[in-house]
Amino acid sequence: MKNRDSKNHLQGKSIYIDDIPEISGTLYGLVYDSPIAHAKIINIDYSKAEELDDIVRILTYKDVPGENQIGAIIQDEPLFAEGEVHFIGQPIAFIVAKSELAARKAKKLIEANFEEKTIVTDPREAHKNKSYIAPPRTFKIGETKNIWETCEHIISGRVKSGGQEHLYLETQGAYAVPAEDGNIKLYSSTQGPTAVQKIAASVLNVKMNKIEVDVTRLGGAFGGKEDQATPWAIMVSLAAQILNSPVKFALNRHDDMRMTGKRHPYDSDFKMGLSKDLKILAYEADYYQNAGASADLSPAITERTLFHSTNSYFVPNTRTTVYSCKTNLPPNTAFRGFGAPQGMFLIEAAIHKAAEEIGVRVEEIQKQNLITINDEFPYGQLAEEDGAVKSWETAEKDFKLKELFSEVESYNSENKYLKKGVAVTPVTFGISFTNTAMNHARALVHIYQDGSIGISTGAIEMGQSVNTKIMQVAAHFLSVSTSRIKIETTNTTRVANTSPTAASSGADLNGQATQVACIALYKRLTGFAAKHFNVEVEKISIKDEFIYIEDKKTDWNWETLVEQTFLARIALTENGHYTTPKITFDKTKEKGHPFAYHVFGSAITTCTVDCIRGTYEIDSVKVVHDFGVSMNKLIDNGQIEGAVVQGIGWVTMEEIAYDEKGRLLSNALSTYKIPDILFAPKSIDIIHLKTDGHKFAIMKSKAVGEPPFNYGIGAYFAIQNAIKAYNSNFKSDYNSPATPERVLMGLYQK
Amino acid sequence: MIEFILNNQKIRTNEAEGMPLVDFIRYKQNLKGTKIGCREGDCGACTVLAGELIDDKISYKSITSCITPLKFAAGKHIVTVDGLNSDEIGSVQQHIHEHGATQCGFCTPGFVMSLTGFSLSTKKADYSDALSAVAGNICRCTGYKSIEKAIFDISEELKSKPEKDNIAWLIKNDYLPEYFIEIPERIKNLKNEISNKENGIVVGGGTDLYVQKADCLLENKIKTIKYISSKEKITQKDNLITLSALTTVTDIIESEIISNLFPKLAKQLLLISSEQIRNTATIGGNIVNASPIGDMSIILLALNSNLIIKNSSNIERTILLKDFHTGYKTFDLKEGELIENITFEIPNLDFKFNFEKVSKRKHLDIASVNSSILIIYKNNIIKDVHISGGGLAATPKYFEKTREFLINKEINKENILKAAEIIQAETSPISDVRGTTEYKKLLLRQLFYAHFIEIFSIDI
Repeated sequence: MKNRDSKNHLQGKSIYIDDIPEISGTLYGLVYDSPIAHAKIINIDYSKAEELDDIVRILTYKDVPGENQIGAIIQDEPLFAEGEVHFIGQPIAFIVAKSELAARKAKKLIEANFEEKTIVTDPREAHKNKSYIAPPRTFKIGETKNIWETCEHIISGRVKSGGQEHLYLETQGAYAVPAEDGNIKLYSSTQGPTAVQKIAASVLNVKMNKIEVDVTRLGGAFGGKEDQATPWAIMVSLAAQILNSPVKFALNRHDDMRMTGKRHPYDSDFKMGLSKDLKILAYEADYYQNAGASADLSPAITERTLFHSTNSYFVPNTRTTVYSCKTNLPPNTAFRGFGAPQGMFLIEAAIHKAAEEIGVRVEEIQKQNLITINDEFPYGQLAEEDGAVKSWETAEKDFKLKELFSEVESYNSENKYLKKGVAVTPVTFGISFTNTAMNHARALVHIYQDGSIGISTGAIEMGQSVNTKIMQVAAHFLSVSTSRIKIETTNTTRVANTSPTAASSGADLNGQATQVACIALYKRLTGFAAKHFNVEVEKISIKDEFIYIEDKKTDWNWETLVEQTFLARIALTENGHYTTPKITFDKTKEKGHPFAYHVFGSAITTCTVDCIRGTYEIDSVKVVHDFGVSMNKLIDNGQIEGAVVQGIGWVTMEEIAYDEKGRLLSNALSTYKIPDILFAPKSIDIIHLKTDGHKFAIMKSKAVGEPPFNYGIGAYFAIQNAIKAYNSNFKSDYNSPATPERVLMGLYQK
Repeated sequence: MIEFILNNQKIRTNEAEGMPLVDFIRYKQNLKGTKIGCREGDCGACTVLAGELIDDKISYKSITSCITPLKFAAGKHIVTVDGLNSDEIGSVQQHIHEHGATQCGFCTPGFVMSLTGFSLSTKKADYSDALSAVAGNICRCTGYKSIEKAIFDISEELKSKPEKDNIAWLIKNDYLPEYFIEIPERIKNLKNEISNKENGIVVGGGTDLYVQKADCLLENKIKTIKYISSKEKITQKDNLITLSALTTVTDIIESEIISNLFPKLAKQLLLISSEQIRNTATIGGNIVNASPIGDMSIILLALNSNLIIKNSSNIERTILLKDFHTGYKTFDLKEGELIENITFEIPNLDFKFNFEKVSKRKHLDIASVNSSILIIYKNNIIKDVHISGGGLAATPKYFEKTREFLINKEINKENILKAAEIIQAETSPISDVRGTTEYKKLLLRQLFYAHFIEIFSIDI
């Protein structure tokens, strides 16, 4: 089945925030944000701005009736700055005007005096000052202390991985419409409607039931709209409450890039010990995470770095610590992978460095140490499947890895200015919110008396086709055609207390809640049919929209069954509730069973570097991926391709740059580049690893959103290998991204 | 008051002529299919087609409507995704649908329009041209592989399109709706009186002005440049080539005169911006935008071009391009003066030309360093040479000393290595978001080598 939105997308009929028909009297918002990265606010004069035609009101912290606070995990983030500002782009005021142009003009007339303070943008500097978002966290397994002397090889080093702009094509935005009794209907481009609702209620000093959040779809999110969709949604709600008018705010790209956080840059130290036969005996890592000015989701991202610090490897003795460092940058936030890519990049860099120093092929170390059944992850959970080993072996065999290595070798000896490099990247990724309490979902399924079906869940559609999968689930468990099914907008009045659509869990959680509801409805309908036909319920089934008694088709079709059940005064609505079984995690011990299951895979990346110009192309990415049993190959393969290219972007051309004042330099699409169609790998081949699937995955089809992002890391190491083929003096500093600048400097390093 | 046709509807409007076309489409006409992703021409979500009647034939080009003034639409047929179909999807859309090549959908209308623009091209359909047609369209979800498959199928299907009556074929094959057939006649009935004498901010293609000061253009009168046909834009008289300042990059790519002189240039020009922007950006605009890294400035510098400048009383003066830029974003153009033409001479000896550019992303990116060279030689001896480089100084750089060194030198490795030292000493670039000083110096050397590797296959 194709993405259910496909035809509307293609005709431009799909509706995003800025496409919602405007109610007359709609006002437009614009944020006045801090131009200074760290300062005391001496005085701000809004008078000239307020006098401008068409300016309705300028809201500041003084206008907040409830809490001026939007921090979700830690309450350390004001909606509007009060006495101080902590990053460039921090909201100070919200200009509400009759036109966007008027608001832009007013913004230029605001006069502010600041007393500048010293700023910190480097996480190591923050670490020196012990300036953290939250106390450092450490995961341990075994004991690294006494193991070093037994190691044949000890490798240590420092590695940096860069930030990444989400660059969802639809910028952040929200539209609030006041209703009677102080209620507000709030359209928000958010992955977390409940978070928006809860924080809006707290800021507006009303109860949650006054705020109805409605989401049709997002034009991309990738984590960037998990927490950071909130401020704009709250601001339009506040303005709508105070002014009793509809208020809209769709950010322009520059404002979006300047004011929102990105993937966390990491600066890390590692120490790795290996035995003579290349077993990794010990691994220590200290990650200095650049969290920005407030917590946002950093504590949770910290956790996932630790969960994935050893990627696909079993290391008996590890100690890993994340320091979530407070800096004067916009609060960094969720981004596909959620801290795992940074952790995986570090151990992959460590292994590459080890191979170089020992003088062996990287793949020898990688393959030796892959995690397998009953090996323990550093957080206490045992590996239940052997996907790491199987995917590696399948890749080796089906993609003819040995032959590839020798082809590349002969290419490199024949070409002077062009060199190829190859890298293999294994990936193991845990599925579930690491905060156990968030692993639940509900689905509200209505069967209307004419046989049509409407489904509401907490899932947010943002291109990943979660709604298409939910439709498949309902069609399967009710045995009806998908054409009967409508997936409703995601709305907090229909499905409440939801978790954000994040952590790759959207289809698993909301799909299984839908499954619960549909199974209940199926039972109720077949139960009624059994009574009607006077047979045992076990003999009744619905197949392709007809009622069967054992193998005999009756003259009742779906519509008759629904109508008759309705007339018998039986409820045709069901609310399905699902919680992920078995998971648990004890933060005091940092041990438990946090993941429902793991997703495994291995990828082989090949690139060609132009050694005259320092530019490069990605030739191919060959992936063996554990989908479980994919419920929709077209959609799942699309997730792999999109994630791989996004991951490649992270380690190649996507470079976030701030100046010494904390000002974002890569502040537009002209200075921040993401892959285009001509940069995409020439080929991406995907093999579905043969498995029986996992019982906790929706219809045995495993979560697919984040894990494949990490295959992109391979591009970094393939490029390093190609540089080395040209310049044998080259020693990689393992700083990502591998921009054309870093590549050229490497090619001519002496 | 301007008149144009928007999809199947005649528009007569008094809205501000400097309003970005996308805002008129979305907020004045309520056609929400065209999306806004960046307002800088860098994402392609706002792509629409502009059809223009040239010598009685209609020619459609894709443009980014976010950096195009409303006034540009005057007398044209503007096509948005909303104008492509009624209920069912058409052929371009069908192929994308088949391959599941849309995820969040926000970029999708832009891809559909760029590919529809490709289908309207009079050139023989070719897969790599089709890819180029969407190189200005950014997608963050799909990783492009599914889009490529759709594009491949589209380009294969379009191979059966005849050269003549292509619009009839496209209608028959569900690429376009039927109303397209009547558009040329309807365009003829549009009334637009655009006087060249009116005052206002001069806008060529607008592709850079709208990035810099869209609000200012919205609130002021603008003066768009009158239309001249592509035949008149690029002319040759004896050994003198004249390019109108209004020449777009696409005009150069499609010019026979230019491709006869510089057979590889058309391909090299694909490194400049995107198809949508190449379709509207003018070389005059690139020169007065005065970016030290403007690709066209760098190319024209190496051709040792002259600028023909006219003032409001029609008095002409000529200045060498290398003398035109006086400092960062400053240049020798007085009040009321406009660049009319750019001219250069075809050398009377053997000559070779090359253009090199390295940027973070190969396409639709601003260079870290770019460079051009024109080498005039006889029997392997350099008789004259013009070398330019961008991103290295406050203005587009013309390398005088390197030229002096190379004249009358043999083309060999030793001389190139020596010249490379001179060229590096001739400039001291600053570190910025496009690269550090050390990188830019090294890259300049490498691109200088690349010129000789490309042209003479010299082993460095």
